[in-house]
Amino acid sequence: MPEVAITGTEAVTNSRGDVRNMPTQSRTAGAPGDVTWLFLSVGLLTLLALLGTGMTEDPAFRLQGAILLAAGVASLAALTIGIGNDRFRSDPSRYADGVIRAGVIATVFWGLVGMLVGVIAAAQLAWPNQLYFPEHGWTNFGRIRPLHTSGVIFAFLGNALIATSFWVVQRTCKARLFGGVLPWFVFWGYQLFIVLAAVGYLAGITQSREYAEPEWLTDLWLTVVWVAYLLVFLGTIWKRKEPHIYVANWFYLAFIVTIAILHIVNNLAIPVGLTEARSYSAFAGVQDALTQWWYGHNAVGFWLTTGFLGIMYYFVPKRAERPVYSYRLSIVHFWSLIFIYIWAGPHHLHYTALPQWAQTLGMTFSVMLWMPSWGGMINGLMTLSGAWDKLRTDPVIRMMVVAIAFYGMATFEGPLMSIRTVNALSHYTDWTVGHVHSGALGWNGLITFGAIYCLVPWLWKKPEMYSKAAIEWHFWIATTGIVLYITSMWVSGIMEGLMWREYTPDGFLANSFIETVSAKHIQNVIRVLGGLMFFSGTAIMAWNVWKTIRMAATDTKTVLSSTIEPQLLPAE
Amino acid sequence: MSGLDYDTVARFAQQGGTLYFGVMFVAGVVWALLPRHREAYRRLAQLPLEKDEADDV
Repeated sequence: MPEVAITGTEAVTNSRGDVRNMPTQSRTAGAPGDVTWLFLSVGLLTLLALLGTGMTEDPAFRLQGAILLAAGVASLAALTIGIGNDRFRSDPSRYADGVIRAGVIATVFWGLVGMLVGVIAAAQLAWPNQLYFPEHGWTNFGRIRPLHTSGVIFAFLGNALIATSFWVVQRTCKARLFGGVLPWFVFWGYQLFIVLAAVGYLAGITQSREYAEPEWLTDLWLTVVWVAYLLVFLGTIWKRKEPHIYVANWFYLAFIVTIAILHIVNNLAIPVGLTEARSYSAFAGVQDALTQWWYGHNAVGFWLTTGFLGIMYYFVPKRAERPVYSYRLSIVHFWSLIFIYIWAGPHHLHYTALPQWAQTLGMTFSVMLWMPSWGGMINGLMTLSGAWDKLRTDPVIRMMVVAIAFYGMATFEGPLMSIRTVNALSHYTDWTVGHVHSGALGWNGLITFGAIYCLVPWLWKKPEMYSKAAIEWHFWIATTGIVLYITSMWVSGIMEGLMWREYTPDGFLANSFIETVSAKHIQNVIRVLGGLMFFSGTAIMAWNVWKTIRMAATDTKTVLSSTIEPQLLPAE
Repeated sequence: MSGLDYDTVARFAQQGGTLYFGVMFVAGVVWALLPRHREAYRRLAQLPLEKDEADDV
């Protein structure tokens, strides 16, 4: 098999003019070994997809098989062209940034898609009669809703986590990504997972587990991709040139490892048949519910929290040009968070068949989460010590600070709602929806936008973003949208919770369910407005990213800025 | 096996688990607070501030 062999060293000059001794490679014809293995693996998978698609009698399985087949054929064609043009030779002296550029573009693209679908779903709740098309089952709220949640959580935020983790682990380990072509497999494999899941939702292929709706075939594919991701991340840490591992990498690693365990256990299932799309869960009854919410809450904890804390611990100090306020606190933050979070899931099952002690355990650990969450929030905010003036001059820093503030607010509200008596009012109401969105839009969304505004100029070698004014607009439109969203859901949720528990003097329920739905109409309309504003902000960012990528590398004249710069020196 | 019923296993898991994870957590915090890590933390905190936007490893 043709492969690259290291044969010695020679002096080379890099792009900064530094001369260093580099290993030389005997360049034989053909593809590197990892590309050859990938080619063979994709070929085998394509063959299996062809067989499965041809043999199945299940139209849902045939649909997914056809997607796999199309992806396999496209991958083989791309690999063949790449091998023919010798495109897979990589320079080990340079960081692997191409895959991060692709990840940033995918993040922006899926963000637009996921948020637009969210606005549509919100509009369906506000105007259910006008936006109900029974003859088109794929447009029903029941199918659109998981498309939105998975679109933003897995497609938008997942791509952001993969892209930023690839940047952070390379720069803080001073090592190129491990695995040759493997990071590209992770990227494209993850996009395939998104497409399989999304098309599956619209086609009604779901196992009805919240945030884990994809069926067994898609789950298996994600497992393969995720193991590859873990290998890339661990391999890069393994060959690091720094003696220690920076704290952001610990948070990313906790995210990758824990999600792997959660995903595998929660999705244990027996397929109806090897050429059938659907499966039976390995769990039943209250065990099924507990497994699901052990997964569901830790998806929040380890996907939407620890992963994004990895972003916070790298990008906030970097942008503020200040070291993290307390590195020691960040270590305590990490260990306490991962020790406590994993137990909090049962608070989703108050007043159910779950044993009382397990409910109390979940509630207690949720309340304990206040401490590490706020410790981390304070650590993030105090990193701005001595640089608070940047809040006035840098909208990206402002975005990150507001994100951390929302992290603090959401992690205060969550433990509050986990308390059994509060949960009696809040559960199953729009209050929960508002809480989730204060975290998802305020914390995850804004910190991701901040990271994108940092990464785009770095990755495409531009002095700064094309338009600073557009970032300002993005910040204010998005923030106003979040406030409209969560306040309307507070009002709506508490109102419907109170209406549900209202009794007549005779002991009957005072309100029918549909009356509580009708009472929420105005709040639902405000939610559409808030979501539309948040989506509009993301669209502005997409335009700004596009213009930044397209502008000339050294042309600073095209950089638009908000013209008023502060004239006074900061108080510090 | 006699004596190894649900209650026994549950008690062991609850009490032993609490003790095990409690000790592990305290050990983690003590390890993080050890004075000998101070210098390493100071250096690590500076890592993101290094000019690392370049392409080269």
